[in-house]
Amino acid sequence: MTDRGRTLFDKIWEQHLVGRRTDGRELIYIDRHVLHDLHAPHAFGKLAQAGRKVRRPDLTFSMQDHSVSVQPGRTEETYAEGTAFVRAMREGSRKMGVRVFDLGDPDQGISHVVAPELGLVLPGATHAVPDSHACTVGGLGALAFGSGTTELEHILATQVITLFRPKRLRVNLLGSLGADVAGKDVALAVIAKLGVAGGRGFAIEFAGPVARALPIEGRLTLCNLTIEMGSRSGFVAPDDATFNWIKGRPFAPDGAQWDQALGYWRTMFTDADAVFDKEIDVDCSGLAPQITWGTEPSQVIGIDGRVPDPSKLEADKRAPVERAISYMGLEPGAAIEGLPVGRVFIGSCTTSRLPDLEIAAAIVKGRKVAPGVTAWAVPGSSQVKRDAEARGLDRIFKEAGFLWGESGCSMCAGTNGDMGAAGERVLSTTNRNFENRQGRGVRTHLVGPALAAAAAVTGRITDVRKL
Amino acid sequence: MQPFTTLSGPAMPMIEDDINTDQIAPLQLSKGLTPDWGALLFKRQRMNADGSDNDHVLNKPQYKNPAILVANENFGCGSSRESAVWCLTGVGIRCVIARSIADIFRENCLLNGLLPIELSGAAMDRVQALVTEVDGAQPFTIDLPAQSVRAPNGETFAFEISASDKTRLLEGLDEIGLTMKHESEIVAFEEKMRASMPWSQEARDRRL
Ligand code: SF4
Repeated sequence: MTDRGRTLFDKIWEQHLVGRRTDGRELIYIDRHVLHDLHAPHAFGKLAQAGRKVRRPDLTFSMQDHSVSVQPGRTEETYAEGTAFVRAMREGSRKMGVRVFDLGDPDQGISHVVAPELGLVLPGATHAVPDSHACTVGGLGALAFGSGTTELEHILATQVITLFRPKRLRVNLLGSLGADVAGKDVALAVIAKLGVAGGRGFAIEFAGPVARALPIEGRLTLCNLTIEMGSRSGFVAPDDATFNWIKGRPFAPDGAQWDQALGYWRTMFTDADAVFDKEIDVDCSGLAPQITWGTEPSQVIGIDGRVPDPSKLEADKRAPVERAISYMGLEPGAAIEGLPVGRVFIGSCTTSRLPDLEIAAAIVKGRKVAPGVTAWAVPGSSQVKRDAEARGLDRIFKEAGFLWGESGCSMCAGTNGDMGAAGERVLSTTNRNFENRQGRGVRTHLVGPALAAAAAVTGRITDVRKL
Repeated sequence: MQPFTTLSGPAMPMIEDDINTDQIAPLQLSKGLTPDWGALLFKRQRMNADGSDNDHVLNKPQYKNPAILVANENFGCGSSRESAVWCLTGVGIRCVIARSIADIFRENCLLNGLLPIELSGAAMDRVQALVTEVDGAQPFTIDLPAQSVRAPNGETFAFEISASDKTRLLEGLDEIGLTMKHESEIVAFEEKMRASMPWSQEARDRRL
């Protein structure tokens, strides 16, 4: 260890360093491994074929989220194409001795929502999910890695992931946030600045007053979008807000272990004299609610902004902008506000926690979904659903004309068949606005819950601050 | 894993930035647990609304069995889905050349015997130009031991790859086996953690 201070990333990495392989890769121990139905069945099959076992089934958990229907009263057969995945997940997990949070389980939900909620994710710990949004749980100060299927199989068999050490990037979120602006808007603003590949090869620490001021759910939203910056892992150093949020959760340490854990967690910060490989500042003061206009998460403007005009760009920058404008059915240089919307989706591991639903419900309350608009609110977990119902949010959404769904990924990636129609303009609180992501020809605008709710009730892209 | 030494075959140009794994493997269109991955490759982009083939490069007869795909910046970004790699290998593509390749996708390539090559600057300009010009009429050759890309006209371009990733591909190493050589260290780590931070080794549901 050197005399120079260490970053939080270094502390977690070094704490989990098991060894170094002859090929130079480092073995990083995974404290908690969470699987999901879309990718785990493949890995279970391969593992069984090779005659291998899950090394630590007690540290491994299975979620049913990607291929499940979210229709009220759903069963595993409601979405027929998903049934095989749900069953393979259940059977594979049982054979390997892994606990499944199955359909109907009070803790079922989207892995990145459920794992923090259950206390499976802890500050200073490592976490892996075979899903690129594993980074979400960095909001609690954990170091998380999204993995592929072969890597997932490797972690199941060994409980370690093999990596070259990434570089360190600090994103300083300066200033303070105005009303109707939340974690999602901050994340989109960072992507706009950093670009979709700006974080490649880095682990990102989000710091500064805005990161500190965000509620835990907002930090989870912020970290969720780390992969959209090209980075595998992003996190916010834990603080008292984090510790209070975790205390008493089902899998969190308790009694003497809690005190011991807390002592350790309080050392989980970046030392004042630590040096990053790269640092950027993003001033969030005066930030308007953000909305993507294009087909990449970095194609972002404020709600009061205008679609770019390719003719005003340098020649070599024009083609992708023109293509995005054409796919999205936009006018170059036109205001984004006022465009008619066909569908609104509030959900996904990005933005479907209780505070997100509360923001949306406050706007929807006493209003109706505009004629011709299909609007869904899909809680991120069964727990979020119960909490929301206890506060009467379900009634607000249903009375307005929203579908109030069961928990799952739903329209985020459409791997449960939930998709928009070709040409439809969708305001979505999810994380990817790629061409065809939410259905062939679907025009997805990524927004926070406030803009999504505002569009649902007006039928147009609307600056929520004017409602 | 299938070892990789040399590869010779058509190089298919898709000179675009940010080709993401949703595009490469549109999973919404797949049916069942083990679909025909090759048929799924860029499926949305290569068909018209009525399902018929459009003029996508992959529908051209010379790219029926492509070996190499040449793109631009940030190839393979987005979802971690390894099926994106399986879709590529499903049609025979075992090498992707791009200016930059997304982290998780790159890792998935290495684990499936697909060689990810990053080239930059003038060399990449030239490779892209040659690939576009040759348009599948003659094969390009990738030589991993020599770390070179050779065009049909004999022009050769060197690429960088870490020694470890090179060995991994050349030998088609069993990753799990490689790691399990360190099993005693894993066991020692778990014992150390059990003693010093017991909560980290214990994921107990305290409601039960
Ligand atoms: S909600 Fe979307 S991004 Fe999140 S895990 Fe599900 S499919 Fe992936």
